[in-house]
Amino acid sequence: MEESLKLRLELDALYADYVACLDDGDYDAWPEFFTETCLYKIVPRENYEQNLPLATMLCESKGMLKDRVYAVKETSMYGPRALRHLVSAIRITGDDGNGCITAQANYAVLQTLNDEGTTVFQSGRYLDRLVREDGKLKFAEKLCVFDSNLVSNSLIIPI
Amino acid sequence: MSSVTSRSARPGEGRNDSRHRWPEEGLVRVPYWVYSDPEIYAEEQERIFSGPAWSYVALECEIPEAGDFKRTYIGDRPVVVARDKEGEVNVFVNRCAHRGVQFCREQRGNTKEFVCPYHQWSYDLKGNLLGVPFKRGVKKQGGMPKDFDAKQHGLHKLRVAVRNGVVFATFSEEVEPFEDYMGETMLGWFDRVFDGRKLNLLGYSRQLTPANWKLMFENIKDPYHASLLHVFLVTFGLFRADNPSQVQMDETGRHSVLVSRKGEQKKSDDLSDMRNFRDDLKLNDPNLLTPVKEFPGTATVVMQTLWPNLIIQQQSNTLAMRQLVTRGPEAFELAWTFFGYEDDDEEMIKIRLRQANLMGPSGLVSIDDSEVMQFSQDGISPYPGSEGVLEMGGSGREDQDHIVTEAPIRAFYDYYRKVMEL
Repeated sequence: MEESLKLRLELDALYADYVACLDDGDYDAWPEFFTETCLYKIVPRENYEQNLPLATMLCESKGMLKDRVYAVKETSMYGPRALRHLVSAIRITGDDGNGCITAQANYAVLQTLNDEGTTVFQSGRYLDRLVREDGKLKFAEKLCVFDSNLVSNSLIIPI
Repeated sequence: MSSVTSRSARPGEGRNDSRHRWPEEGLVRVPYWVYSDPEIYAEEQERIFSGPAWSYVALECEIPEAGDFKRTYIGDRPVVVARDKEGEVNVFVNRCAHRGVQFCREQRGNTKEFVCPYHQWSYDLKGNLLGVPFKRGVKKQGGMPKDFDAKQHGLHKLRVAVRNGVVFATFSEEVEPFEDYMGETMLGWFDRVFDGRKLNLLGYSRQLTPANWKLMFENIKDPYHASLLHVFLVTFGLFRADNPSQVQMDETGRHSVLVSRKGEQKKSDDLSDMRNFRDDLKLNDPNLLTPVKEFPGTATVVMQTLWPNLIIQQQSNTLAMRQLVTRGPEAFELAWTFFGYEDDDEEMIKIRLRQANLMGPSGLVSIDDSEVMQFSQDGISPYPGSEGVLEMGGSGREDQDHIVTEAPIRAFYDYYRKVMEL
C-alpha cells in the first residue's frame, strides 16, 4: 500500500511538472521529461480508432523533440497565445515492479488568443509508458489521442 | 443556378450593383469583398461547387470493399461516397429524400444499406430508395398515395469520375469529361503521382481555419511567399527562390501546378532579402529530413491546385490530398488525407510518416500558412471596400520558369470572374 501510494504521488507530481513546463513556455525543459529513444505522438481519435498510422505530430527520439522545440521557438510563425493544460484522472494501468509503468490521464488544453475569450482548444487522453532513469520517471512513450479530429487552426505547442 | 445568373450583368463587365464592382485595374487587384460577403459565398456554392466542376471526394483506398462508405462535402454540401456490390463507386447527397435529414453520421464505415433514423426510409449503396415504412398504411389507414413511385424518390445522385484511384464527383450535367476538364498539362502532373499503382491510406488530419477558402488556394498559387515565410523550409533547402522552379496553368487558368527542386543549405546573394535565413542550423535528428527519390524527373516538390476544392501535395516523400470544405465566407476546413503506395516497404512508410511532420495542423511548414491565413482574414474582413495587390511578376497569367510571381493567382481570378460573372 505504501509503495503504490508513493508511486501515485510521484506520478501526480510528474504530470503537474510536465504541464507547468509547457504552460510556462519553458520549452527547452520539455524534452528532458523523455528518454533518449522516446516516442511522442499526437493523434486524432479517428486515426487511433481505425488503426491508421498517421500522427499530427510525431517525434521518434529526444533529438526530434529538440528539433520541434527549435521550430516552436525560432522558425514557426504564429500569433501570440496563452495555453493552459488541465490533467485529471491519472490512472496506473500497469507496473512490472522493475520501474516500467503504463499510465493514462485525461487532458484538456484551453487556448486564449488576442481579442478572443478562452476556448477549449483540445481534449483527449494521454496513453503513456514510463521508465525509471537514475531514479526518476521519464516518458519512454507518450501518445496523446485527441477527441475532436478537427484542430482549431494550428497545433503548435506540444500537448 | 438560373435565378442567380439572371441577376448579373454581361459576362466580364461587372454587375449592376456598385457593391460588387471589380477594380478597374483588372487581374492585378482583388477586391476584399470576395473574402467576406455572404451573398458572394452563396453564389459560389451554386456557380462553383454545384456548378460545372469536378470536385475531389475520396481516394478509392478509403473504400476498398463493397459496402464501404465515406462521408464528405462538396463546398458546404454533405455527400456520401459508397462502393456498391458491383464494385462501382457512387456519390449521392447526405440528405434524406423525405424530409432532408442528414442520415449518414459516421465518417467511414461499411453497410448494406443506409436507413434514415427519422422515418426509416432506406436506400441501397447506389442511393436508390428501397423501402418506406407504412407505405400501405396501418389498419387500412394512412399510407403513401397509390401512385407514389420509389424510383422518383431516391437520393440525389452525382456524376462520378475515377482516375487511378482518385474519386471526383459533380452536381453538373454539363461539365466536360474529367480528362478534358483537367487538360493535358494538369493530367500529366496528376498521373505522375497517381500512376496506376494501388494507394495505401496512412491517415487523416483536419483543421478549421478562420479564413475564406480562396486564401488557401492563393497560398499554394503564390510560390513566392514560401521562400520568405517558411523559414524551416528555406533553411533546409527544401524550397528556395533560387531553386530551379516552374509554375504552369491549364488553358482556363482554373488549375495550376508549382514545380520545384531541392537546393542546398547555403547562403547566396539572392537570399539577402530573407531576414531569417540560417546556414548554421543542424537538426538534432536528421532522420526527419532524409528524402528518397521516388518519381521520374528532377522535381522534388509538386503542388497542384485543382478547381474547385483540391490541392495535391508532393513534398519530398510526403503525399497528401488537401480537400477544401467551405464553412461560411470566413472559415474553411482543410481535410488532409495522407497516403503512400501499396508496394511501400516498412521503411518507406516510416519515411512518409516522419516527413508528414512538415505538413498538417502541426506542420513545421504549414503552421505558418494556417496562421497567416487567419491574419489575412483578420485584416481583410473589416475593409471590404479595399483591395489586394497582385503585381509580382507583372500583370500576365502565363506559365513561368521561376517562382517570383503571382501569375497563378491572376489566372485563378481570371477564371473565377468568368464563372461568377464579376
